[in-house]
Amino acid sequence: MRNLISDIKVTIKDLLSRKGRSFLTILGIIIGVAGVIIIISLGAGAQSLVLGQITKLGTNLIGVLPGKSDANGPPAAVFGVQIKTLTVRDADAIKDKNKIPHASAVASFANGSATIISGRESVDTNFTATDGTYPKVQNVEMEKGQFFTEEESNAGSNVIVLGYDVATALFPYGNELGQVVKIKISNNNPTSGNGLGGSIPFRVIGVQKKMGTVAFQNQDDQVFIPFSIGQRQLLGIDYIQFIRIKVDDAENVKMTIEDVTRVLREQHRIKNPSDDDFDVRDLADAIKVLTSITGTLSIFLSLMAGISLVVGGIGIMNIMLVTVSERTREIGLRKAIGATRRNIRNQFLFEAIVLTLSGGVIGIIVGILISYLIALGARFAGYDWAFVISPVAIILAVGVSILTGVVFGLYPALKAAKLDPIEALRYE
Amino acid sequence: MLIELKNIVKNYENSGVITRVLHDINLGVEEGEFIAIMGPSGSGKSTLMHTIGFLDRPTSGDYIFDGENTNNFTDDELAKIRNERIGFVFQSFNLLPRTSVLDNVMLPLLYSHSKKGHVHRAKEALEAVDLGDRMDYMSNQISGGQKQRVAIARALVCDPKVIFADEPTGNLDSKSGATVMHILEKLNKEGKTIILVTHDINVALHAKRIVTIRDGGIVSDKPVAESERVHSKANKDLE
Repeated sequence: MRNLISDIKVTIKDLLSRKGRSFLTILGIIIGVAGVIIIISLGAGAQSLVLGQITKLGTNLIGVLPGKSDANGPPAAVFGVQIKTLTVRDADAIKDKNKIPHASAVASFANGSATIISGRESVDTNFTATDGTYPKVQNVEMEKGQFFTEEESNAGSNVIVLGYDVATALFPYGNELGQVVKIKISNNNPTSGNGLGGSIPFRVIGVQKKMGTVAFQNQDDQVFIPFSIGQRQLLGIDYIQFIRIKVDDAENVKMTIEDVTRVLREQHRIKNPSDDDFDVRDLADAIKVLTSITGTLSIFLSLMAGISLVVGGIGIMNIMLVTVSERTREIGLRKAIGATRRNIRNQFLFEAIVLTLSGGVIGIIVGILISYLIALGARFAGYDWAFVISPVAIILAVGVSILTGVVFGLYPALKAAKLDPIEALRYE
Repeated sequence: MLIELKNIVKNYENSGVITRVLHDINLGVEEGEFIAIMGPSGSGKSTLMHTIGFLDRPTSGDYIFDGENTNNFTDDELAKIRNERIGFVFQSFNLLPRTSVLDNVMLPLLYSHSKKGHVHRAKEALEAVDLGDRMDYMSNQISGGQKQRVAIARALVCDPKVIFADEPTGNLDSKSGATVMHILEKLNKEGKTIILVTHDINVALHAKRIVTIRDGGIVSDKPVAESERVHSKANKDLE
């Protein structure tokens, strides 16, 4: 034991006596290990962010998007393509309890951007035109007043619910309820040509609580208006951008997806499933798509980190070979006074492992620091980013750095062990 | 008989050309002897020393050490003999740089089977060469004569039967050299077998017996008359 401890001391003293070279030698290992730690941490953080954002929406939800899309890819509408195949009649058919028994609530959506004006104050924001069923398909918490009812939305009443940030911008003194605001459609709306233009007055009936981002949308920087008035009068369109369905129980989600698909095929008179012009998916699908994207990315980045470890290992091997030839006389002497081949091999193997292991430890520290800074940055940007360092990642990093030391230190160590003591003692 | 060489032959082969370095060497060394191996450079005296010191194996012949025929010993067994029963002193000291005098002396104990009392034994060995007060110095902070004395302490630390000294005074001025020779004589009086390799007759005359080697063979082997022997005094205070 004393021998081992004094060995460690001697090795560390020796490595410290050439700090610059030792540091450059392990730089590759540091980068590789830090990379692995950061990638695993980012993967876990992104995963938790995605799951958190999606589960905040609520559970047992099904989304219906216009346009066919690949089952494993993101929906076509994500790419900003306007597809007009989903209509109010489709939504009404989905609402039919006889056809789809387990849909407890159905809400249609159409979005656009607009300027909201109250007196002299005005705010550029997004509006969401939806049904009175919205609070049933998505978690809504009201700061003041109420969300509009189904009656109000069906009647196309001029009522509006403000997001928290919009409300504080327009009404700094907080007397929002009952006030009238005007909505002026923005020119950059894709369909603004069809809109009536000008501005339409709405009465404020509610203000949402501060909610942060949900499903990557800032819930506080938007307003809600009844679907029909938003669709026809503001956007001037006759189609639905998105339908969200709440299913009464988790067990019925798959069945309801099938029901909705069947109803829509009937509506659109589609016989061949490959001709579908709509896309029905539940949140599990969405989570799968997102995690498969982060998973692929992780594999690529891990590969890069692996390459960096191999390059770092070759650097270690190179410097160990230099060390062995520099210390040839010392090796000769050690053999003369009784060191066996195994003693010499272990000495140099040990030195390589001390190098890679310290590279690994520095890499872990650097990796944790950078992961923490990224988490901090993401939180600063308003995302609910979890700073996750898995013990598995640390054990993996330590293991890999020791392994690198053994693999790339073995050849120089064997070379040292094989030296002939007489030749070695004569070496200049 | 501590060392017994019978018909030792050593050949070197270099790209098909065989060079005979030692031939028909027969030599016996009793325990407690002090012998000098002399010869001009290229005579084979270094090869002979390496062979007797188990740093090299003979091509043929028998080497009986301490009653055991070592011909079939493994490398690890030879390493063990070098560690426990032989001490080497080299012309160029071969101390580890950036390492304290004490750690240098303890180095052979690192490879020995004894696990206790390393520091104590190293201190004793340093006191035997009058360097008890220098053990915390770095090996590059001491003079050449002191370095060679550290090397002798290192050779002594495992309490070997034989000490091989290969030109131990070759890199030293005459006064430090005399001190080193004085220590070797003292160790011989205390019972250690000393085998000295040198080309310098004045160094060789410290020994009790001189073996002369030329062209790979022993040409003379005779005792040194007590009247001819040279005795050195310690010059410790001059360093």
